[in-house]
Amino acid sequence: MALPLFPPESDPGPDFVGLLRLTSGGSEAAARAGETTPPFPVTHATTVVALRYADGVIMAGDRRATAGNIIAHHAMDKVFPADRFSAVAIAGTAGMAIEMVRIFQVQLEHYEKVEGSTLSLEGKANQLAQMVRQHLPMAMQGLAVVPLFAGYDTARGIGRIFNYDVTGGHYEDADFQATGSGGRDARSTIKLGFREGLPLDEALNLAIKSLYDAADEDSATGGPDLVRGIYPVIAVVDAEGYRQVPDEEVAERFGDLIARLQAERAP
Amino acid sequence: MTMPYYVAPEQVMKDRAEYAQKGIARGRSLVATTYDAGIAIVAENPSRSLHKISEIYDRIAFGGVGKYNEYDQLRVAGVRHADTKGYAYSREDVDARSLANLYAQYLGNVFTHEMKPLEVEILVAELGTEGDQMYHIAYEGTITDEEHYAVLGGDAETITERVAAAWQTDWDLAGALKAATKALAGPDRTLGAGDLEVATLSRGNGRRTFRRVSEEELAQLLA
Repeated sequence: MALPLFPPESDPGPDFVGLLRLTSGGSEAAARAGETTPPFPVTHATTVVALRYADGVIMAGDRRATAGNIIAHHAMDKVFPADRFSAVAIAGTAGMAIEMVRIFQVQLEHYEKVEGSTLSLEGKANQLAQMVRQHLPMAMQGLAVVPLFAGYDTARGIGRIFNYDVTGGHYEDADFQATGSGGRDARSTIKLGFREGLPLDEALNLAIKSLYDAADEDSATGGPDLVRGIYPVIAVVDAEGYRQVPDEEVAERFGDLIARLQAERAP
Repeated sequence: MTMPYYVAPEQVMKDRAEYAQKGIARGRSLVATTYDAGIAIVAENPSRSLHKISEIYDRIAFGGVGKYNEYDQLRVAGVRHADTKGYAYSREDVDARSLANLYAQYLGNVFTHEMKPLEVEILVAELGTEGDQMYHIAYEGTITDEEHYAVLGGDAETITERVAAAWQTDWDLAGALKAATKALAGPDRTLGAGDLEVATLSRGNGRRTFRRVSEEELAQLLA
């Protein structure tokens, strides 16, 4: 490895993907081949949700990964910190999506270190959009990745949510959004329970209920796994930054939800 | 036939070294020292935005003295090297030693092969799991593995003497900063928080251990 120095006219600046292309052609090089849909079942990740609450945003995702009708993985993480003040969640082809998240995380930190300042939340959302757009040829072959991006806008002091489509189109959502195979069901639940300035406690319960309902209707979405102790990953992003809600707390909230549902069914 | 004008290689090297030393001596110095929670780096730098000290990676910091544009180019190359390596392999595979070697090779190459040597001295500091490391790389590519403290810049010798006299094992941040500031200032001057740029690599900062010490915080620590 030599010191990566470039003449001014071909300097990649703070662009990490550009840098990879110039140095060794990292994962990007692999992204050009074939034209048909893959002849084998591909691991997919499903249902992730994001909603705004009084002090920021929360993001949650179930843990199931599927390959065709097979459950490929019981405990996959779909919610990741993008940097200190933002989170990214993924739905779609798992391998591609996790790689996209990894490169997105490095890109944000790389920019921060090279430039000496952090990108604005909107800048981060745009950056992710470009990555999704570059992935379009793969999406055409059936390997789509659809992320959900949310963060705390330190300049405005609010939580914001960005939703993506396979073409890299990204749309800011005012209050909440859900994506993945169970996204519709999750969204309905949040729509019914959402109101402006929701306190954290209620927002967490709403996210949990939405994932429960999605798992109820969609076979590719995993519900709480009481036997193995696997519960959805829930992250909170506010003025303090990104933090993951501890598993014990999520378990307790699911316990409460199940007890409530059982009580409602009792004659 | 005219003979090409001959200059002895010793003379060429001497001239280049002198040139680089002069350039470096024009700038202000930098002191790095270990303290109870990690490594503290103090540089005399009145600018709030043109940094001498920067973050390279999770546990690695960069310090440069001399010509700003030259060491900043090296800093960016360091960030790129570390980020591509961490991405290709794993975050724990990024280390200061290999980066310091690359810097040394590059500086050595420029010194022997180019017209103009780089007028910079570089520090690569790493918060280790076993021991902290500080590599001092000079303009001609000489690399030194410094223990406890490192001093970069034109006035390094006298400043080193002052730091050596004050140095204590496991002193706290305030103690380390006060001594480093005094060493940089010398007996005839006093330096305030506004004249200094300070950053630390400290255990307990989470994954990214690099943190800049703000002017207000520095004023309190030096008080």
